[in-house]
Amino acid sequence: MASTRTGRRLAPYGFLAPAIILFGLFFALPIGYALHLSLHSVQVKGLGIGRNAREEVWVGLDNFTTALTDPELLAGAGRVLRYGAMLVPTMLGLALLFALLLDLPRTRFRAFSRLAIFLPYAVPGIVASLLWGFLYLPSVSPGYFLLRAVGFSGPDLLQGDWLFLALTNIAVWGGTGFNMIVIYTSLRAVPPELYESARLDGCSETQIALRIKIPLIMPSLVLTFFFSTIATLQVFAEPMTLRPLTNSLSWTWSPYMKVYRDAFVQGGLHSAAATAVVIAVVTLVLSFGFLKVVNRRTAERTP
Amino acid sequence: MQRRTALTALALIGSLTLAACSGGGTPAADGPVELTMWSWASLQKVADLWNADHPDIKVTVQEQGGGDELVTKVITAAKAGDGPDLVQAEYQMIPTLVSNDVLADITEQGGGAKDKFTENVWKQVTLDGAVYAIPQDTAPLAFYYREDVFTQLGLKVPTTWTEFADVARQLKQKDPKRALTTFSSNDAGLFAGLTQQAGATWWSASGDTWKIAIDAEASRKVATFWGDLVAEGVIDNQPMYTPAWNAALNDGTQVAWVSAVWAPGVLTTSAPDTKGKWRMAKLPQWTAGSSATGSWGGSATGITAKAAKNGHAKAAAEFATWLNTDPKAVAALVKEAGVYPAATAAQMSGALTTPEFFPNQPDFYQQVAELAKGTAAASWGPNVNVAYNTFKDAFGKAATEKSSFPVALKSVQDSTVADMKKSGFKIEG
Repeated sequence: MASTRTGRRLAPYGFLAPAIILFGLFFALPIGYALHLSLHSVQVKGLGIGRNAREEVWVGLDNFTTALTDPELLAGAGRVLRYGAMLVPTMLGLALLFALLLDLPRTRFRAFSRLAIFLPYAVPGIVASLLWGFLYLPSVSPGYFLLRAVGFSGPDLLQGDWLFLALTNIAVWGGTGFNMIVIYTSLRAVPPELYESARLDGCSETQIALRIKIPLIMPSLVLTFFFSTIATLQVFAEPMTLRPLTNSLSWTWSPYMKVYRDAFVQGGLHSAAATAVVIAVVTLVLSFGFLKVVNRRTAERTP
Repeated sequence: MQRRTALTALALIGSLTLAACSGGGTPAADGPVELTMWSWASLQKVADLWNADHPDIKVTVQEQGGGDELVTKVITAAKAGDGPDLVQAEYQMIPTLVSNDVLADITEQGGGAKDKFTENVWKQVTLDGAVYAIPQDTAPLAFYYREDVFTQLGLKVPTTWTEFADVARQLKQKDPKRALTTFSSNDAGLFAGLTQQAGATWWSASGDTWKIAIDAEASRKVATFWGDLVAEGVIDNQPMYTPAWNAALNDGTQVAWVSAVWAPGVLTTSAPDTKGKWRMAKLPQWTAGSSATGSWGGSATGITAKAAKNGHAKAAAEFATWLNTDPKAVAALVKEAGVYPAATAAQMSGALTTPEFFPNQPDFYQQVAELAKGTAAASWGPNVNVAYNTFKDAFGKAATEKSSFPVALKSVQDSTVADMKKSGFKIEG
């Protein structure tokens, strides 16, 4: 009897065990290790040559001080914010527009258009960046060739401020389709009776879209905004792929590129871990802050 | 959804560290000693020659990415106690690898090969009196130019840097669409080589103190020279190794390239339509009549600390010495990897046949052997990667904005010193 009771008491833990072990091994442990690294640093002895010339020492918050006072990290964050400010509204605006157009009652070739808009999302980011990179280089791009043929010379899209447009374009091209599908799916879930009564009341299709559809699909707009923002803060593959093609993209263009460079190119695993922790905390605060604001507003509206 | 956010955000930190936690060493098996080698060149066919003659030591070559990637990989692997027994490394990366405890001291097992190489080459595999690798190839700098375009436009092949600047200006005047060459910021190795020619030594060690002299007179001279040409607009400022650069070389928009002895291989793939139109000449000089040159790359075969720990240092050093000095091996090396061998005997041997891309210059390698005699000594420090990457960003910016090159050079010096101080190295000055 006693053993059955013990068994019963332990059973839930047994069911939980696989998840907890996996969580611990592949999640908690690496995070713990990153925190450990971020509080340590390597110190060399003498010329730094030979066995045991390097040892790991405790440095407290030194790495964090360095990370937070590094002007390049801040500048990188600024560049990413600027990129995000261009990217997120454009991409979601287009996604919403396409979804609404596809949802119109008289739209033809609906399945084909949906697939065509979605398809770029299936192209891996690195491939897309390479593809666009070729198109951006004036001397090899067919676009510039056509421009020259009619007597124009286009701007160098990989230099200076144009670079933001070039990067935004790659992300818009790749991301619009996915967000369009999310928005479109929630549009299809709106009961059609609502539209019928609106039409009977004399609403135009534009009014239906603005007054009925958009308010009803607000939750999915919030969701896509949220995911797009996180993806923007993590921008890495596109600038990394374009970097060798231009002088204007530095190794520290985005915070993540800086982390990668510090850790794997310059061998500073410890300072990179500290920077990564800083980025993670900022991302967390931003995401939760945004969700809190949204939730409060939703709560206010539904009494 | 909130939980999901937490997971996403935290996974960021997690993903960083995962790479460092994999794997463990493989225990030595009985039977033949099995050695693995990491290289960016296809050396398996050369290793097969060795394997056929040496049943007791079997070498497998694993081809890896380019030089810098390979360094990153091998350091990460070594931290996890993993990685190859032999590794191909560019000379400038040897101190970095030694400082990260990747390479083993093989003075005893490989030191005997010393007299097969010139003193300047041997110095680059020696640190603080200990030998860490066997030299494989050297890469002296030369001046490559489009012979047909030079003849057509009546340009004289420059023998000094002053003439080089004049030729750049003349070309711009005669044909504004063309540029003599480009100043590329995406490989600091070329710039480092050019400063060696001018007499620079970026790193040097004495006692337990390092001296960093990147921002010194010789390098400033080189930086000012190229910065002025870029600011004047007579040479291009876009990076090398891009599709645009390939097109410029192929269609004659750029008609010269300061490069190393391995240039024919690059030109073959970058500018396939220009076969037989290029010619190699001595690097322009700072003082008329001298014959100094620097190096851009060149590599050696290192034996890892892992191999030493498993008791394979002797076998690995034996293979490395054979690979880089045995006539049969070097001939195969030249054929398979297209390298210019570091072993002095091999440089004069018949293994070196005229590059296919240069049928118009049958004495290509005799000329290389002649100009290689003037190769300046080079010496490297434990954070070349930091200096090189700062170079990319600082000079990339300076080249685009046509701003001061010496200022960019100073920022490379400052970052390099700051990085070494942070790690606790003693720095002079």
